[in-house]
Amino acid sequence: MKKKILINIAAIFLAIFILSMIQRLLMPKYMTEIPEGNLIEEYYDEEKKHDVIFIGDCEVFSNISPITLWENYGITSYIRGSAQQLIWQSYYLLEETLKYEKPDVVVFNVLAMKYNEPQKEAYNRLTLDGMKLSQAKIGAINASMMEDEDFITYIFPLLRYHSRWSELTSEDFKYMFKKDTLSHNGYLMRIDTKPVNVIPKGKKLPNYQFGDNSYSYLDKMTKLCKENEIELILIKSPSVYPYWYEEWDEQMVQYAKENDLTYINFLDVVEEIGIDYSKDTFDGGLHLNLSGAEKFSLYFGKILSESFQLEDQRENRDLAKIWEEKVKFYYDMKADQERELKEYGYLKSYGGQAQQIEPGNE
Amino acid sequence: MLFTSYEFILFLIVLVILYYLMPKKYQWILLLGASYLFYAFAGRTYLLYIMATTLSTYLISNRIHRLQQTASDYLKESKGSLSREERKEYKTSMKKKQRRLLVVCLLLNFGILAVLKYTDFTIANINSLLNLFHVRKELPFFRFALPLGISFYTFQTMGYIIDVYREKYSAEKNVFRLALFVSFFPQLIQGPISRFDDLKETLYSEHFFDAREVSFGLQRILWGYFKKLVIADRLLIAVNTIVGNPKEYQGVYVLVGMFFYAIELYCDFTGGIDIVIGIAQVLGIRIQENFIRPYFSKSITEYWRRWHITLGTWFKDYMFYPISVSKSMLDLSKKCRKWFGNGIGKRIPVYLASIIVWFTTGIWHGAAWNFIVWGLLNCLVILVSQECEPLYFKFHSRFSVKDKFWYRLFQVGRTFWLMSFLRTLDCYRDVSTTFRMYGTIFTEHNYGQIFRGGFMTFGLSLADYIILILSVTLVLVVSLMQRSGSVREKFAERPILLRYTAYFVMFLAVILFGAYGVGYDASQFIYSQF
Repeated sequence: MKKKILINIAAIFLAIFILSMIQRLLMPKYMTEIPEGNLIEEYYDEEKKHDVIFIGDCEVFSNISPITLWENYGITSYIRGSAQQLIWQSYYLLEETLKYEKPDVVVFNVLAMKYNEPQKEAYNRLTLDGMKLSQAKIGAINASMMEDEDFITYIFPLLRYHSRWSELTSEDFKYMFKKDTLSHNGYLMRIDTKPVNVIPKGKKLPNYQFGDNSYSYLDKMTKLCKENEIELILIKSPSVYPYWYEEWDEQMVQYAKENDLTYINFLDVVEEIGIDYSKDTFDGGLHLNLSGAEKFSLYFGKILSESFQLEDQRENRDLAKIWEEKVKFYYDMKADQERELKEYGYLKSYGGQAQQIEPGNE
Repeated sequence: MLFTSYEFILFLIVLVILYYLMPKKYQWILLLGASYLFYAFAGRTYLLYIMATTLSTYLISNRIHRLQQTASDYLKESKGSLSREERKEYKTSMKKKQRRLLVVCLLLNFGILAVLKYTDFTIANINSLLNLFHVRKELPFFRFALPLGISFYTFQTMGYIIDVYREKYSAEKNVFRLALFVSFFPQLIQGPISRFDDLKETLYSEHFFDAREVSFGLQRILWGYFKKLVIADRLLIAVNTIVGNPKEYQGVYVLVGMFFYAIELYCDFTGGIDIVIGIAQVLGIRIQENFIRPYFSKSITEYWRRWHITLGTWFKDYMFYPISVSKSMLDLSKKCRKWFGNGIGKRIPVYLASIIVWFTTGIWHGAAWNFIVWGLLNCLVILVSQECEPLYFKFHSRFSVKDKFWYRLFQVGRTFWLMSFLRTLDCYRDVSTTFRMYGTIFTEHNYGQIFRGGFMTFGLSLADYIILILSVTLVLVVSLMQRSGSVREKFAERPILLRYTAYFVMFLAVILFGAYGVGYDASQFIYSQF
């Protein structure tokens, strides 16, 4: 009897082990395609001590370079950004981040305010799959799920990715246990250029009012920051698409005023920043490339360091040592991308070929 | 709450834990609560219908039972004081009262089913008739929502009250126990249609945790999910592509569609029944089998004895026999014998009863002409083959092929294809399209096309076909093994390592190869729609 019980227990453990291995194998690795799928997960390997945490959608992970902030102002920062990150996801990511560290400043890109309800399962996955299991993750899942989604598939992603067995590649085996770091403190580098051809006019909308759900999460975010004595800065990052309406801007100005927050619309100072959309974007104006991101970070870093009194940490030996490696990785990747661009005419191993994101679809 | 949903699996796990932890005498009450909860997930208003059926059947069955007891007591007491005629007269009058009550119950419950299921079908036909006579007026549709499993629970409950009327058993005195019989959740969606005397033995008894029974039940559930998710729902993609584009897929594709649908329906329905019986077994409850390897049948009559057995026996016991031996049918038989002679005369009532039963079987499956024609064609084939029996007999006495393997294989293949032909009426949108598609099998000579990439246009990849071939082969092998007894029992004697590996591989096959989740359309069990 005792032997049978032991065999059963061993069998259960073995089954769980095999299932977890299969789950690891089947989960998308996002190493060469859709690298933004890795951003959320990379944070956990990081030394969690940052002056600034950025949260938001692609307009943060493409447009802000923490290395530039470090090199020029000694600001340590991390971007917890992800593709089409919805405001409730930003809120829960912030809640989770605050369990690990307490930054001086949190920067939230307000473009996500336009989405009042969950949008697309595929984007949910890019944010939520990378999160470690926690109260915050459960909250984020519940807030993000589309009607036809199942909670359990976020907890056991094998149930979501089970059919990938027929499309496994060598990448799935190679990165099953350890993945390469792709971002620079959450910044996804792209050095290629695709200039803006047309600057679009915004389509007329039936209603410009941001939704109640968006506002309720912005309120929560504000409250969370205030409770933790963190300065919350709302920004609208520079981009040509998606269109940022005057009516939206007014609402953000009003909100910041009512809640004693700083709101900066960088679209108003694009020229002052020095962004040239014929050179500084890799996808026709949706996102900035490295050159654009460095210009923007240089400009924003000045504001952060002067207006929010962020200390220059470059004299801190321990930090300097950590960041020295990061800077090296940054310039190595830059050189590698330059080499690829020269050799192939496009970024072969950095997702440059995909160009899946089209204007309007973000 | 679909059987294939995560919510259902969670619901089941919680139920089983509570079921074996709670005091045994309350187990059936928990099952009743769980059944109503399960039903409420489909729609809270549906509960009213199932409650109405339960309550009306309870009240009337008990009234009938009381009349039976009164009659029996009175006849016992007045033994000797009443003449034979008086006793007969009393019995007849009491039976009449019971029959009246039975008819009220049947009319009420079949009435609910008929109104909800067939009103719009009737209106559509009336509108077609009006259109035919150039009347411009059209009657509006009601679009009633059909409560989950109403065809199944109505038939099961009406079977119960007819049995009470026939004094096969007494009426259930406890309304809640009857409510559980009507609503027992595993069989609510797609049967089997149980008999009260079969089910009550295990439904209300106290069940102790029996590891072997629970393990067997879980194995059966797993096998059901394998058939449903890995085979049926994968084939559904191809079947939908073929029957959804009748202009594009004609000729040989119709045959392929038939073949695929035959496998899909079998795996869907038997997979569902495996889950039902498996769940019941986990709970210690025995439910009657509904299939005995029907695709191994050598004739259509045999096929119908092995496919959806509980529906077939329901129609036989509660419809075919009562109609065949009804007074009006016996009178008709007498007249027919007089007019047409003994041979034809005795056949006419049987044929008539068969036609009525098959018409009803057809319309039970769905309020559409497709199903009616399907039912009547089944009837036609059965009656024709009955008429041809003397010919078969002559053939078999002349050629001794009956026991030859190849001949039996031919019979099995013939029955399979004949049934697949008829079943195609389920698939296409109407009868005329189905017959047009039948025609294209003979007029479109595109047989080569199917092997020149045709298979790859149904929405399935090569990997899908490999899985299908392996899985269907496994189902076939298991079916062959079942002929000599329970596969699970045979397997239970194998070494533990082999058993556990097999269970795990099967579990993994369902998880990995199941056609569920994103990228697949969540598919209900086909029979749950009936």
